[in-house]
Amino acid sequence: MAEKRLRILVAKPGLDGHDRGAKIIARALRDGGFEVIYTGLHQTPEMIAQAAVQEDADAVGLSVLSGAHMTLFPEVMRLLKERGAADVAVFGGGIIPDDDVVKLKEMGVRQIFTPGASTEDIIKWVRENVAPRQ
Amino acid sequence: MDKKNWLDTTYKKAAERPIRFSTVSDMELEPLYTPADVSGSYDEALGNPGEYPYTRGVYGSMYRGRLWTMRQFAGFGLAEDTNARFHFLLGQGQDGLSTAFDMPTLMGYDADHERALGEVGREGVSVSTVYDMATLFDRIPLDRVTTSMTVNCSASVLLAMYLIVAERNGIPWERVGGTIQNDMLKEYIAQKEWICPPRPALRIVTDMIEFCARKVPRWHAVSISGYHIREAGSTAVQELAFTIADGICYVEDAVKRGLNVDEFAPRLSFFWNLHNDFLEEIAKLRAARRMWARIMKERFGAKDPKSMLLRTHAQTAGASLTAQQPINNVVRVGIQALAGVLGGVQSLHTNSMDETLALPTEQAVMVALRTQQIIAEETGVTNTIDPFGGSYAVEALTDRMEREAMEYIRRIDEMGGMIKAIETGYPQREIAEAAFHFQRQLEQGIKTVVGVNKYSIPEEIPIPTLKIDAAIEEKQIQRVRKVKRERNSVAVREALTRIGEACRSGENLMEPICEAVRRDATVGEVSDIFRAEFGVYTDPGWL
Repeated sequence: MAEKRLRILVAKPGLDGHDRGAKIIARALRDGGFEVIYTGLHQTPEMIAQAAVQEDADAVGLSVLSGAHMTLFPEVMRLLKERGAADVAVFGGGIIPDDDVVKLKEMGVRQIFTPGASTEDIIKWVRENVAPRQ
Repeated sequence: MDKKNWLDTTYKKAAERPIRFSTVSDMELEPLYTPADVSGSYDEALGNPGEYPYTRGVYGSMYRGRLWTMRQFAGFGLAEDTNARFHFLLGQGQDGLSTAFDMPTLMGYDADHERALGEVGREGVSVSTVYDMATLFDRIPLDRVTTSMTVNCSASVLLAMYLIVAERNGIPWERVGGTIQNDMLKEYIAQKEWICPPRPALRIVTDMIEFCARKVPRWHAVSISGYHIREAGSTAVQELAFTIADGICYVEDAVKRGLNVDEFAPRLSFFWNLHNDFLEEIAKLRAARRMWARIMKERFGAKDPKSMLLRTHAQTAGASLTAQQPINNVVRVGIQALAGVLGGVQSLHTNSMDETLALPTEQAVMVALRTQQIIAEETGVTNTIDPFGGSYAVEALTDRMEREAMEYIRRIDEMGGMIKAIETGYPQREIAEAAFHFQRQLEQGIKTVVGVNKYSIPEEIPIPTLKIDAAIEEKQIQRVRKVKRERNSVAVREALTRIGEACRSGENLMEPICEAVRRDATVGEVSDIFRAEFGVYTDPGWL
């Protein structure tokens, strides 16, 4: 049997409607051979954690351009943990200052991609760093 | 020798650089444009500035008569923070205000709503109550300075707040001038801040067009916006096509309401993006003016020349700026702004170099404003009107963009109009496709972004950025709660009930909303009435 394809939930938490990046990433990951579920816009951390568990996602990619990442990312992590899904790899992207990147990684966010990151780098990172959940 | 022969003989001997010569939107260009590439007579295709079809400019004297309005977009933190920035900008020679609201305000949530958590004052200023609005415009003469407010699904409430602040300052509504973006169609297509589904949202827009035409005659009730369509990744032609198609939809709806086209069309205005491709952008603005003039005259039978004028604000392209080597952004903005001026805009915002990192610092916004002042007062391009008129390349591009955009409009008409097109996801998919295409070209090195996929450096030199104090959120939450605690809640409830009735009866919503604001109803409370009466729109998540 073929190896299980990784399932990745791409999500836009918060209120900002800038979904250009999220959509490009979702599409590139799909073309890169992953199973991708895109949530659409304006998701609460609650909705994202629930979708990740329901869809049995191996990773969650969050895109935030509104500056609310320090509130939204940790909340998604907390809710995943609460649902017994702490091993879902959370990564993210958006307009995120370097200081915040450091803090988010300390909180367990696996990787942050900032503007200018190429889709190839993101696909490569997922291949090398995300494992199927047991 | 004609062009073909010239190309076959002289030019073919010279080797071209091995690249594809195409615009940033991927429109291929010819090596040379000649008179044979330009169609139509001067009077028919161009006309003098201030003459139909206004290709060369909406006003006769253009910048020799009056420069464009320098209108920097500003908003962050609490109302008093943004008010201080307004006064700073006016002090630096800016002559119109433009307000950026934060995400909760744009989506119709008060600062104390749980969905606002982490977002208050971050991407713009937080306005939940009429008192916030009063603070925002403290010591600003609302009868003399024109204000632009970038807000859409909660535009009706924000406009009501602005009018009530004017009223309380003793300024009659007839003397208040400005623009509210209020372009809901492009929200579904691109910017994606909404409350209700497209049809009721269009009804609210038309209510505002009608209300302003009759009660606030100096106010532009809609600024039909291509800006966000382009930021979402469209090509220049798509920006042109979808924006004009949105304009057609608003005019059709207002006419269906029984308004005479000349009663409201002179107060419709436009808003375009200015991207890096210099010639393409100049051609886009010229094509837009000609298309709108022809559509208003031929399709809607407008009689008043003012109804045919496409007057516009423009903003340099946020999406074109790079987080890498951010000082390079000053150059990009300068070139984009110059394209806007050579394209004949009436109002301009130049982005600040640090906007891919945060909201602008005072220093960065000053450089951005100075960029406009240098173009206006040092470069000499304002000394003659439409200097690019008659350029074979620009005229040929203008013709081509009009032709290709009209083809999109024809397709949208065939689908039954813009609302139907949006409901099937047509413009959304076209834009996502173009955005993906550009990204691929970037990653394959077909397109260049300096400092990102070419000429990059290993270590970035950091520039200062604006930090929004996390404590402002709590402060704003307490303010909103205080207003809610201290007002006459029975009076507020009554006023909100009246709005609900007007939603159902079809009566124009603006008077009931103004009355609710007078009684201290909030942005979130009025928006909740819309949610209850019209339902909530959710993103279909089209890829």
